[in-house]
Amino acid sequence: MATQLEQAVPKAANAKIRAVYGNLVVVEAEGRVVQNSVAYCIRSDGVRLLSEVIRVRGQAADLQVFEETRGLKVGDPVELTEQMLSVDLGPGLLGQIYDGLQNPLPEVAKQAGYFLKPGMYLPALSTEKRWEFTPKVSIGQRVRAADTLGTVPEGIFEHCVMAPFGWRGEYVVEKIAPRGSYTVDQEIAVLRDRSGDLHSVSMQQRWPVKRPLMVCRRRLMPEEPLVTRVRIIDSMFPVVRGGTYCIPGPFGAGKTVLQQITSRNAEIDIVIIAACGERAGEVVETLRDFPKLTDPRTGRTLMERTVIIVNTSAMPVAAREASVYTAATIGEYYRQMGLNVLLLADSTSRWAQAMRELSGRLEEIPGEEAFPAYLESRIAAFYERAGAIELNDGRVGSLTIGGTVSPAGGNFEEPVTQGTLKVVGAFHGLSRARSDARRYPAIDPLESWSKYPGIIPQADMLKMRRLLQQGNEVRQMMTVVGEEGTSLEDFIVALKADFFDNCYLQQNAFDAVDGATPAQRQKFVFRKAMEVVDTELKVQDKAEARRVMFEISDLFRNWNYSAEGTEEYNRWLQAIDEFIATKGQRRHA
Amino acid sequence: MRKYFDAIRRIAGNVVTVQATGVGYDELAVIESAHGESLAQVIRLEGQQVSVQIFSGSQGVSNNDRVRFLRRPMEAIFSEDLFGRVFDGSGRPRDDRPMPAGRRIPIGAPPVNPVMRHMPDKMIHTGIPMIDVFNSLVESQKIPIFSVAGEPYNELLARIGMQANADIIILGGMGLRHDDYLKFCRTFEEGGALGRTIMFIHTAADPVVECLLVPDLCLAVGEQFALQSKRVLVLLTDMTAFADALKEISIIMEQIPSNRGYPGDLYTQMARRYEKAVDLEGAGSMTILACVTMPGDDVTHPVPDNTGYITEGQFYLRNGRIEPFGSLSRLKQQVNGKTRNDHRAIMDGCIQLYALCRESREKRDMGFEMSEWDKKLLKYGELFEERIMDLAVNIPLFEALDRCWAILAECFEPAETGIRRALIDEHWPKPRVSTAPTGKEKAAKKDESKQLVTA
Ligand SMILES: Nc1ncnc2c1ncn2[C@@H]1O[C@H](COP(=O)(O)OP(=O)(O)OP(=O)(O)O)[C@@H](O)[C@H]1O
Ligand SMILES: [Mg+2]
Repeated sequence: MATQLEQAVPKAANAKIRAVYGNLVVVEAEGRVVQNSVAYCIRSDGVRLLSEVIRVRGQAADLQVFEETRGLKVGDPVELTEQMLSVDLGPGLLGQIYDGLQNPLPEVAKQAGYFLKPGMYLPALSTEKRWEFTPKVSIGQRVRAADTLGTVPEGIFEHCVMAPFGWRGEYVVEKIAPRGSYTVDQEIAVLRDRSGDLHSVSMQQRWPVKRPLMVCRRRLMPEEPLVTRVRIIDSMFPVVRGGTYCIPGPFGAGKTVLQQITSRNAEIDIVIIAACGERAGEVVETLRDFPKLTDPRTGRTLMERTVIIVNTSAMPVAAREASVYTAATIGEYYRQMGLNVLLLADSTSRWAQAMRELSGRLEEIPGEEAFPAYLESRIAAFYERAGAIELNDGRVGSLTIGGTVSPAGGNFEEPVTQGTLKVVGAFHGLSRARSDARRYPAIDPLESWSKYPGIIPQADMLKMRRLLQQGNEVRQMMTVVGEEGTSLEDFIVALKADFFDNCYLQQNAFDAVDGATPAQRQKFVFRKAMEVVDTELKVQDKAEARRVMFEISDLFRNWNYSAEGTEEYNRWLQAIDEFIATKGQRRHA
Repeated sequence: MRKYFDAIRRIAGNVVTVQATGVGYDELAVIESAHGESLAQVIRLEGQQVSVQIFSGSQGVSNNDRVRFLRRPMEAIFSEDLFGRVFDGSGRPRDDRPMPAGRRIPIGAPPVNPVMRHMPDKMIHTGIPMIDVFNSLVESQKIPIFSVAGEPYNELLARIGMQANADIIILGGMGLRHDDYLKFCRTFEEGGALGRTIMFIHTAADPVVECLLVPDLCLAVGEQFALQSKRVLVLLTDMTAFADALKEISIIMEQIPSNRGYPGDLYTQMARRYEKAVDLEGAGSMTILACVTMPGDDVTHPVPDNTGYITEGQFYLRNGRIEPFGSLSRLKQQVNGKTRNDHRAIMDGCIQLYALCRESREKRDMGFEMSEWDKKLLKYGELFEERIMDLAVNIPLFEALDRCWAILAECFEPAETGIRRALIDEHWPKPRVSTAPTGKEKAAKKDESKQLVTA
């Protein structure tokens, strides 16, 4: 009854390579072959290449190799294990930079230098670092899977050391380590199961990445807003803790930047960044910046709340497929501690393409655009791993998943976007027209949607959305009848819609103040923007209407750039109030 | 003792299948036939059936020929003697001079560990305002020029290449026309850069497999120089030819195409090359500038589309100008915050206004009355195109910024620009200055356009 993982020691070579084609290797096995288990292909120079069994046919098994297969030969030995592809869970994950298979990249660099080295697999958690353990159970106490046995401080968090997640039924604490400092592989407890067998437990445990990790009393309806400090998201298309959302958009529209600013500013405990099949350079920005940036909520560096999983486009494709699961598993692990976790995956299309490449090699019958037929169910299963849960001890934890989608040709009518839209709770669609015109964030306010509650009263939000629609209608009409054929009233509606778009929905990500608007300020600014929209302008003609709307836009923008509580801030606000009071007839700028 | 295998079972496309044992995946082979030797690479192992892809194509190969395996993957030669030399897509000299001696380096080696990358932070000044002001080029960036046949993309590539001031220039030509090749040579020669240039050239007349190897060779050699703390610039033209070569080969290999005949791993294949662009922590850098011709002038075509998803932005070259829309440098924000405090505001403001100008033009073209505001925008658009967008303009960054301010002041009231007050107060030109090109500059302009034609 112990976990399936504990005795999963690699055996001696028990298979031989029969064929090699790209990263697909066919082996002839001697004994039992377990689907999705880990294997090692052993190159003639002794290097062991991590692989996974992905199809079993009699004594033949297809393996996807997580490395370049260069140099493998027919007849080379293979070690098949019975262990699933798993990650190590324990204190020390935060602040780490892993590849898709949980190899710690800084450590790899120390040992291998500038380049990655196939076959080099290092322990994910340091076995040298000592953690200050405080026991939370006493001898004789009964515990179940995921119950907290003790805690260690990990940065700003109390990291819970939990009873192995895979266990069933009750266990009795036979031994528990006293307060003191321990490494992750030292025994901190001995638990006895019902048949009397003893199990040693350390601070670290393993979990297979493709199996959702969720030990809880029940799943909750996710409805607590997750504030990202991006106005258009929080106010118009909100995300909630435990919810899911996607950001599809053509190349260069701003998906990554949006995720980067979210990873910095989101009001959440832990952020997991899964850089999946995209540029290495983008990750470097995060890894160089985060240790220098402080989280205003805790005063500690952002790195202390972040885990980065990198599998960039130049890294092996099979590991890219695994990387999003690695990220999800680590996220779920922290959720088990009653924390709120945000997983940002960029880009889920690359993950889907990795599946496509593999499916092609397996010669499976292709679906639309050569994606495998199971694409949609895989996407659904991935987002299903998000959720808010009530733990067995009553605490609440959540995992929110936001994924970018990179549709071919920027056309949302393609399998990955469509498959994703079916399962997520919010859709932030980026538009090429907006990004070309540098209207950032380029989320299209007419196309996007969210099923979640936000920080702005529903009625107000709908009112502004209506304004945007009306503005759009007027603009379209104007392309037919021209400005001269448009009534002053309609014209003002279009100007007001522009005002709301330019001054509220758009936000300068690279400005220290405007780049992140806390919930409180958002609510206030939103109301102020509504007041402006509700103001009946005293204007004679279109030229004057345009002039006064330019003026208020200018005031608003400057207000957005001023830090709260400064004299500047008050001055701009005063001018705005004056504008409203005089219905746009405020003289002297 | 050399070991030969002569049981050739199948010859199809560029692929020959031979019965052999002890062969490693990806290793090189030589096929000896009546016409001499040709190089090949192992692309599939299945029991004793070894499939190799012949670089020069399988024409003339017979089932009586024999195959020898080299026990090593494809390699490039690395040495200081490469400078001024020209090679083909399998690394053989193209210039009738002997093969230089040097260290053998594998191509397509594992990628750089992301944590060993330095954050790109050095701006490359090109003198082209559409690049320097609006989409700054940064050392170690990978960025293509999106264009169509007939546009002077190779000239632009060569011009940026020369102005970039790199320690080493590596030119990779794929499906390159001979005159274009000569033009590059001439530009490098006139710029005195030939002594620090290495070329790997595949022409349209050469075997298609060799086209695939060109980027790998360039990047493998460039990477070695970068490790020696050199600033390397790799110019790749035309990456569409590379993608088409991939397509051709994958179809022969009977892979299921994903989009318009291109293989499903087109993204990965291209990304693995482009991702070699790097600024190494504690060593040199490699910048990649590429040309991508868009079939049918369609950016949603799989080649430009996948490229856009890989590279760090793109320059659209259309009607002899770098388009402000669509053109993008994703690394610009790494450098443009440190140039001058108005750089970013000008960058955003000018483009937003130019976008509005386009709308006004559309309205005008549809015969609508132009409001005062429209008229301002129209005037702005014209000035902007003439004094900033024109490729013949060749001025330093600060001068370009000043020129933008002058244009704004000539057309608008400060509040209409959307630029924030503090910057207006500091930079808005006080007395009205003329921004018309001076006589001297006009002459320079003429000179340059001449150069563009003859280059
Ligand atoms: N919110 C923003 N504010 C200012 N500039 C932005 C913003 N979002 C994007 N940009 C600009 O657009 C560029 C491209 O953005 P980004 O890298 O996020 O695109 P992407 O959608 O992730 O593209 P790809 O699919 O190719 O990865 C950025 O480098 C930046 O210059
Ligand atoms: Mg991106």
